[in-house]
Amino acid sequence: MAYSVIWTLIAGYVVVLGRRQKQLKKELELLEEWNSDF
Amino acid sequence: MLFLIRIYYGGVLMKKNTGIIDRLLLFTLIPSFFIALYLIFIWSPVERIMGASQKIFYFHVGSAWVAFLAFGVVGYYSVRVLIKPRLQHHINAGISAEIGVLFTTITLITGMIWGKSSWNTWWTWEPRLATTLILWFIYVAYLFVRKMDGSTDKIARLSAVFGIIGVINVPIVFMAIRWWNTKLHPVVFGEGKNQSGGGIEPDMLVALLFSIFTITVLYAFLMRKGIEIEKMRHIVKKAKSKAIEKLAG
Repeated sequence: MAYSVIWTLIAGYVVVLGRRQKQLKKELELLEEWNSDF
Repeated sequence: MLFLIRIYYGGVLMKKNTGIIDRLLLFTLIPSFFIALYLIFIWSPVERIMGASQKIFYFHVGSAWVAFLAFGVVGYYSVRVLIKPRLQHHINAGISAEIGVLFTTITLITGMIWGKSSWNTWWTWEPRLATTLILWFIYVAYLFVRKMDGSTDKIARLSAVFGIIGVINVPIVFMAIRWWNTKLHPVVFGEGKNQSGGGIEPDMLVALLFSIFTITVLYAFLMRKGIEIEKMRHIVKKAKSKAIEKLAG
């Protein structure tokens, strides 16, 4: 059980970082879109 | 671990333009992880009294060490924020605090599980456990303070104060079992107030030191990735507000 907790918590943080990066990617695409409109 | 690498290859863990340090860290981390598992579960001896459940100790101590390191880094960058507020210091402190809270959580949970098997109780208000829990609460509060509304400068300074208060607790946590000698939580390095003798077998010490090394490399890797993402987030936020200004104007 202890080992599952360890991997789950670390994996959870990597998932959080991955989600932040995905969100960032979306915002960058939005900015590029706005830029091309101008 | 392997499925994470598969899913996030090309994402968080490895991008095309990832720097050499990130690649070096990842290529050190992956083999170290497997070597650490081998040393812990196969190479190191089974403890006579506690048996196989003692093996959690290698993760528990490694996580505690990295938590202390992470909060030390938070303290360092918090002092720098107060001396000369720079966004980079604020970001570094924040990411280190997140990782520190993660590893403190792992330390507490693995400690509880180990405590259940060796003391037959999930929790006791023993100095080391109590001070670690206080440390956890301080840095969780630190992370909440960082999420507050307000100017970045003000939040950076306020959270820096929290960060410094928290780091003062780190040596208290470390020394708790030596100052308040309850004999419950084991002293791993040295025994008792005069630190004479060792509390660990040489083979176990090798496995322990290697697991500490592996978890430290993991900390460095997560720290670099977190900082990279957070820096970009701030740049994008600035660019967005400039674009909105342009649209409005």
